[in-house]
Amino acid sequence: MAERSFKKEVEQLRLGAGEVFEGEGILAVTKALLQAGVAYVGGYQGSPISHLMDVFADADPLLRELGVHFESNASEAAAGAMLAASVNYPLRGAVAWKSVVGTNVASDALSNIASGGVSGGALVIIGEDYGEGSSIMQERTHAFAMKSQMWLLDPRPNLTSIVDMVEKGFELSEASATPVMIELRVRACHVTGSFVAKDNRRPPMTVGQAAANPRRDTDRIVLPPANFLHEQEKIQKRWPAAIRFVQEQRLNEWFGPEADEIGIIVQGGLYNTLNRALELAGLSDIHGASRIPIYCLNVAYPLIPDEVNAFCAGKKAVLIVEEGQPEFIEHELNTMMRRADLQTRIVGKDMLPRAGEYTGAVLRDGVIAFLRQWAPERAPVAPMPAVPEPELATTVPQRPAGFCTGCPERPIFSAMKLVQRELGELHVSADIGCHLFSILPPFHIGNTTMGYGLGTAGASAFKPEGKRAVAMMGDGGFWHNGLTSGIGNAVFNKDETVTIIVDNGYSAATGGQDILSSKAENATRTTNNPIEKAVRGLGVTWARTLTRTYDVARMRDTLKEALTSPEAGPKVIVAQSECMLNKQRRVKPALAKAAREGKRVERDKFGVDADTCTGDHACIRLSGCPSLSVKPNPDPLRQDPVTHIDDSCVGCGNCGEVAHAAVLCPSFYRARIVTNPTRWERLRQRLRAGMIAFLQQRQARALAARSF
Amino acid sequence: MEITLPADRDRITIAILALGGQGGGVLADWILEVANRNGYDAQGTSVPGVAQRTGSTVYYIEMARRGVAGANHPDPVLALMPVPGDVDIVIASELMEAGRAILRGFVTEDRTTLIGSTHRIYAISEKSAPGDGLASSRRIVDAAKRRAARFIGFDMDEAAGKSGSVISSIMFGALAGSEALPFTREMFEEAIRHGGKAVEANLKGFATGMAQAQTAATEADAPAIAAPEPTTEAGRAIKARIEAMLPPAAQPLAIVGAARLMDYQDAAYAGLYLDRLAAIRALDDGTDDWRLTAEAARHLALWMAYEDTIRVADLKIRATRSARVAREVRLADGQLLSVTEFMHPRLQEICETLPGWVAAPILRSGWLRRRLETVFARGRHVETTRLRWFLMLRLVAAMRTRRRSTLRYAEEQERIEHWLDLAREAAAHDVRLAAEILSCQRLIKGYADTFERGLARFGTLMTAARSLAGRADAAQRLAALREAALKDEQGTALSACLSEAGLAA
Repeated sequence: MAERSFKKEVEQLRLGAGEVFEGEGILAVTKALLQAGVAYVGGYQGSPISHLMDVFADADPLLRELGVHFESNASEAAAGAMLAASVNYPLRGAVAWKSVVGTNVASDALSNIASGGVSGGALVIIGEDYGEGSSIMQERTHAFAMKSQMWLLDPRPNLTSIVDMVEKGFELSEASATPVMIELRVRACHVTGSFVAKDNRRPPMTVGQAAANPRRDTDRIVLPPANFLHEQEKIQKRWPAAIRFVQEQRLNEWFGPEADEIGIIVQGGLYNTLNRALELAGLSDIHGASRIPIYCLNVAYPLIPDEVNAFCAGKKAVLIVEEGQPEFIEHELNTMMRRADLQTRIVGKDMLPRAGEYTGAVLRDGVIAFLRQWAPERAPVAPMPAVPEPELATTVPQRPAGFCTGCPERPIFSAMKLVQRELGELHVSADIGCHLFSILPPFHIGNTTMGYGLGTAGASAFKPEGKRAVAMMGDGGFWHNGLTSGIGNAVFNKDETVTIIVDNGYSAATGGQDILSSKAENATRTTNNPIEKAVRGLGVTWARTLTRTYDVARMRDTLKEALTSPEAGPKVIVAQSECMLNKQRRVKPALAKAAREGKRVERDKFGVDADTCTGDHACIRLSGCPSLSVKPNPDPLRQDPVTHIDDSCVGCGNCGEVAHAAVLCPSFYRARIVTNPTRWERLRQRLRAGMIAFLQQRQARALAARSF
Repeated sequence: MEITLPADRDRITIAILALGGQGGGVLADWILEVANRNGYDAQGTSVPGVAQRTGSTVYYIEMARRGVAGANHPDPVLALMPVPGDVDIVIASELMEAGRAILRGFVTEDRTTLIGSTHRIYAISEKSAPGDGLASSRRIVDAAKRRAARFIGFDMDEAAGKSGSVISSIMFGALAGSEALPFTREMFEEAIRHGGKAVEANLKGFATGMAQAQTAATEADAPAIAAPEPTTEAGRAIKARIEAMLPPAAQPLAIVGAARLMDYQDAAYAGLYLDRLAAIRALDDGTDDWRLTAEAARHLALWMAYEDTIRVADLKIRATRSARVAREVRLADGQLLSVTEFMHPRLQEICETLPGWVAAPILRSGWLRRRLETVFARGRHVETTRLRWFLMLRLVAAMRTRRRSTLRYAEEQERIEHWLDLAREAAAHDVRLAAEILSCQRLIKGYADTFERGLARFGTLMTAARSLAGRADAAQRLAALREAALKDEQGTALSACLSEAGLAA
């Protein structure tokens, strides 16, 4: 089960012709796939395309009705390989992932499918995680499209364009026997809007029917001599076919006046930002009535030479708005100008930044610079930059991402910090997942991160002469890649690395999807496969499963044991506790309901006594819990803020355990609130409270007597 | 030709800066709903990414007036991110996020209505400093007033708490109250109803937010120290003594200090405090409005009320404390409360509570100490709502009457005297340096390792103070060293500051 329920979105998948779909861009894609008669869908979750996977996972009954196969693939490599179903059969298939990382993982399969070609339309939905809000290395998926020769669609970021392009993408794929990528940037995935729906189409052939009647064609298999044939075919047949299709279907678009001395070529996904930049420069309006010709590349690869040459001919200069680097399109445009012997000057990264996101302000300034050089009479004066506020800049603090309130990963790193106090600094090879936030304050733990499930492999060069290296891995990463690349590799090479596998029951960082080791029973997936069993199956002999990460002292002692044990071979600690975000979503409504029904319900909340807290904040440096904060000191004598636990506390117990394990201070307390207590509890409480109140009153009288 | 944006254009841009879990997405949905239903084409987007885990997120909304029927306008081309200088409305869910909006250029004097909550959610860098790492709120409020066309700021978190709602509904109400959007109150409320979740609570929050936005709220300054009034004979005598002896600037602090020590020990102990204070007052020439005496009043009281096992037990079992906990957890009728303390008294702390002639031999002996240490090596879960543990702590608290015979008492009084000696020595030549020496007590805090670290660092500063004495910049240097010592746990900043001052680290 994912973090949120997508019931409402699933209902929208049933809309018929003429009805209006409303929602986010990435959800529009799900409907577009069904309208296009897709036969199978797969992928791997990750921002910004997680919702696509979640909606399909929740839409099982509808998909069954339509005869569409959906799979939550184990990795992007598995998803990419699934496209093999479109090689021999006229099956439309789509897979989705976060890119560029997912494309990296899938690239082996993608190279193969792109080499042999497809007969059914194969679509890869790319969540291009680039620019603000991105959590990965800043690279372009464009390079993969070019090197494997897969076509790359980059639609204008509105729902109608995106939906149209999904359907055209399948047709293009079939027309050119080539897999097609459709690229959606982060904001386009989350942009709201609407489009007029069409009826869903059952696939003309289902995956079941295909499997029942196998067909084969050795020419489609990447093996000599067919592999050499494929390369020729790519250039001689598939490429021209694609160009013909794009041209005939007019997938690219033109805006603004026909004739001008200058023009702008833009990637489809950047069109809206460009129009805003032009509007701010007084050269367009809110309805896109540009006063400069624009050639909009909804197909970013391949370029269409006839269209490019016709657009550039007769112009002094053309600005290419291409985000990221290297500037592949700009290079090719220049080549095209030379081949066609056109004298048009291609202006690109000499006026726009070579690296980084093309925001509205960047494009506004870039367009103005372009105009100033090539059409100065139309160039407005660049706006005055805002007066800088250096004092303000030093005042406003950064807000690095961190673990959620009550996160079960926090105590693991609290324990690791305590171990470092005893054994000295450790080399920690981090992994992809929420646990990667350990590198940020307040933990400052982790040296490198090499990719999903590669934490252990990232430490494999370190053969200890004294101190062992520590590797982190999440359960998501473990099943994605870590089992073989990490643990298998470590066993085979007799590594000494200590691997901590965080087993929180979900692929949590991507939105709480179920995985092999999830505790939840899932009607459509197999869960409850223990990680320890898997690593022992690979040959790990030193493995421990801790079933409560919040036991900081035990966590610390186990880690210390793993680091110092005389036993040879890799050590694996499986640290289990449920992802708190998902647990709260599960438990909170249930508890509220039970309390309403008069059932006995316990709730824990932690607190800090302000009069014994001295304001050193050592507890915060070992925790960083959002609910563990500070407030101005209520004591007029003390000057430093006191620690304070706010109402968002979920009572996980970490602060108390840390206070104990690190011998911090006696200020923490746990308040346990019992709603609808039993009769015996009430009686016992009355007796206790009565005695205590009596003693407290005596004490208060004595205090009053000696007080000021 | 200069870029000037028309004042009455057909589109409105809104940036929402919120933190994970504050309902920024819900607020954005309401705004989209109200706009799309009332003659506008509205589009929203966001970059949640990892920011949903405690970071800050920008939600961006654009809306364009729908063309008149039959005017044949194509759909508007709406942008997906705010451009600095082109944002009509900024809504910030927290004060520093308002500051961040200003820094990012979203807030401009010509067009931006800035609606911001003035409450604080502290960032990790602010919370984790060993001293006071809190950013200046005043600076942000000043900038908001200067940089926005209009600033509507009030504590929306508090308003949410009072109205039993959530901050997103307060912000939505404040947006309606700002009248920056061309929609009526009913239209806004309809959007909440359409959302269908917690409608009643959200409407209540909306009404509160709207009302508060329309009555310009002003920020109150932190109150000055209010000294308590005496309630006993001894208290009145002490107050009279303070008023006779100390300059007005130091009186409130001294009264709070003396009251603290009567609560901590007894009137005689407060008398000792005033004797020590008098000796400092005698050396004060009134520099910086009697800062030396005021610092002494503050820090001497804090030191003399050091946190020993007796004090902690005493504070944990008071009736006022039980009431405070019940209030903090919002205990309702019919609910039961049990309270568990996380205490970790080590052998060290146990011995310190014993008379020196008992404690010293234990701490000195090798085998006995090791045996006993294992007994006290684990933390205790002390359930103070159970009679057994309550009585145990009551017993420890009752040792107050014997505090003067404990090992810890002897140690602390010796340290205090050394510190005062140093301050008095310095005061003879340099009153400012003496005041800074007294302020260094701020480093001594916490328990166990934390306490020992603080004490060691305090020792370093006292050594530095001796070396600095006589230098013209001695006071200034010592103050800088103290600030550095409170910067980080490892002492990196302090080492740097020491070598900068030409002192050995």
